[in-house]
Amino acid sequence: MSDPSPTPSADHPAGERDDLLAALKEAVVAAAIAFGLFALLIGIRTEQGPSGALVIVTRFGALAGFVAAAFVGRFIFAIARHRFTVPANFIVLPAIRKSAAAFSPYFALALLIFALLVPILFYRNNYLLDLAILIVTYIMLGFGLNIVVGLAGLLDLGYVAFYAVGAYSYALIAQDFGLSFWVCLPLAGIFAAFAGLLLGFPVLRLRGDYLAIVTLGFGEIIRLVLLNWQNLTGGPNGISGIPRPSFFGLPFNSSAHGFAATFGLHYSPTHRVVFLYYLILALALVTNWVTLRLRRLPIGRAWEALREDEIACRALGINTTTTKLTAFAMGAMFGGFAGAFFATRQSFISPESFTFSESALVLAIVVLGGMGSQLGVVLAATVMLGGFELFREFDQYRMLVFGAAMVAIVIYRPRGLVATRTPSVSLRQRKDIPADIVRGARTESPA
Amino acid sequence: MEYFVQQLINGITLGSIYGLIAIGYTMVYGIIGMINFAHGDIFMVGAFLSLIAFLVLVAFGITAVPLALLIVLLVSMALTALYGWTVERIAYRPLRHSFRLAPLISAIGMSIVLQNYVQIAQGARVKPLPPLVQGGYTLFEGNNFAVRLSNIQIIVVVSTILLMAGFSYVVARTRLGRNMRACEQDLKMAALVGINVDRTISLTFVIGAALAAVAGLMFLLYYGVVDFFIGFLAGVKAFTAAVLGGIGSLPGAMIGGILIGLIETMWSAYFSIEYKDVAAFAILIIVLIFLPTGLLGRPEVEKV
Repeated sequence: MSDPSPTPSADHPAGERDDLLAALKEAVVAAAIAFGLFALLIGIRTEQGPSGALVIVTRFGALAGFVAAAFVGRFIFAIARHRFTVPANFIVLPAIRKSAAAFSPYFALALLIFALLVPILFYRNNYLLDLAILIVTYIMLGFGLNIVVGLAGLLDLGYVAFYAVGAYSYALIAQDFGLSFWVCLPLAGIFAAFAGLLLGFPVLRLRGDYLAIVTLGFGEIIRLVLLNWQNLTGGPNGISGIPRPSFFGLPFNSSAHGFAATFGLHYSPTHRVVFLYYLILALALVTNWVTLRLRRLPIGRAWEALREDEIACRALGINTTTTKLTAFAMGAMFGGFAGAFFATRQSFISPESFTFSESALVLAIVVLGGMGSQLGVVLAATVMLGGFELFREFDQYRMLVFGAAMVAIVIYRPRGLVATRTPSVSLRQRKDIPADIVRGARTESPA
Repeated sequence: MEYFVQQLINGITLGSIYGLIAIGYTMVYGIIGMINFAHGDIFMVGAFLSLIAFLVLVAFGITAVPLALLIVLLVSMALTALYGWTVERIAYRPLRHSFRLAPLISAIGMSIVLQNYVQIAQGARVKPLPPLVQGGYTLFEGNNFAVRLSNIQIIVVVSTILLMAGFSYVVARTRLGRNMRACEQDLKMAALVGINVDRTISLTFVIGAALAAVAGLMFLLYYGVVDFFIGFLAGVKAFTAAVLGGIGSLPGAMIGGILIGLIETMWSAYFSIEYKDVAAFAILIIVLIFLPTGLLGRPEVEKV
């Protein structure tokens, strides 16, 4: 790595030269750290050799690229920081934010109209319709999790468990008892809600991080049970041949009693896709409507109070037990509905679909969207899943970017991308005494 | 009886590895009260760094096993510690005064980043390593079953005991240890009496990551395979160990680790191997509900 020493010209003031030197020093440190981090993991790749043993392949070019990027990036950053001061609310000015908040109802309405028109606009494009169904499914999951995380402030890392319970309940009931989709759907929701209560009871006393870890454990337990309970769930092979939904009793096939024949249309497989799209859209809209209504009820107010301060809640006589349990049950129920829809749409489910990364994805949608904001969930789900599809060729990088985005959003926009629904009364920041005061001027990190 | 003793030995070996990882969780939680969700992945990075460092040494012709192991251990500890430091610097330090769940969400993101980074850089396949340390002792025989204690098991347990002793010394006797204990009691007060809190927290992450690197090397030697996903389960189990032992307590982390190792091994040996992970998660939930302070922990007082 080469670092040409700067040649300070005489006409530059001394302060500027010091800035340059300091920036250069920072950049060298950053490059050294980058070298330490990437030397073995990027610079060398282990491959399976011809004899089966591992051999090493060097990639010093890539390593040099990473180190150089760290050097240049840090140098520019340091220079910029020394020369310019960034205004505090640089990213979104308050005025813009205010007008965006006023604009958002119209935006939501426009979005709704667009969502209703999607099957008409893209009738010929099955790929886009499928993508739209996927996005709306995740929007629905996001709405459901938003009740638990965004409103009640209970971080749930095992939300996918309820999705799984809903999907498996639907699949098993529909197959073994031959009940129709419209009977199974509420049943799946009820089962998932019971699973939510089951999780809710033991975690009542836990707070914050502990709660998150327990919900993670619960999600994994459900997945492992589905994987190993061969007799009931088919284990890793899953359940296939799950009945498809019918249009109020009319199946989507080319028979004489089918949907197309009854309405005098030419049979087309797209009919089912369109129906599925409207089905999940309706479910998502119902979820949204219920959430918005619940917010105005005492229970919704109690959820939001719980999110802000549990001790104050108890002091005000709010029953935290029922408040938490209803939040879990409500969120789980909508997750169960989404699961039932997933099962009927795929007609095949297996434990593979219900891993922790699904939970993380839904959580990321809620967090990125701005916890508690319904519109934010819609936008985050669209951006994220649309982005996944857009960058399908870069399949292996998308989870990397996704994780990095999660970190960046929490750091730079902790209230999410759409923070229209900030609580009416809140302390913006805890007033701790920062270590900087004691330490004097803010120094760079110790190496 | 012989079978039981064998399982006991296996369980203690596994538990030592969990204990080493658990120390990282327990220290970080003790000081800044967050679950370092990425710590399991730091352990995974440590295992990968050990593997690659070892292969590089072989390429340079250093094949004397004790020497190679020592070098690999030092390299892996140093570089994994650098990862621990970087993760803290990038993902956690800016959130020191953010809302309560922010560091946890950031940690989940970091965990995803580390997993996928290693997967992209090194491939998704499992990486096998031929057994480096072979041989062992037959303790006693009976009922056609020989109880064996392999050299690698001795190495794992002995090095864990040594590290624990060294680390306990650091915490109890050195200036850094005193700073760490002060930060654990009260961050603000520690800052007021002139302790560099940020530096202490960074060093906590560094030490935790270095110990996780040792655990990674031990895992690699003991099982002979690593892949990019080992961090998730090992992390959750080690966290369970930390909670079981009482979060914030170092001997607790070790005892918790060994208990979890024993429970997992015995469960696999006598009940069902399929549900061994369920056992670990179930213990976590049960402990948090009925014994939230763990075996050696102090009760957490919530102040307004």
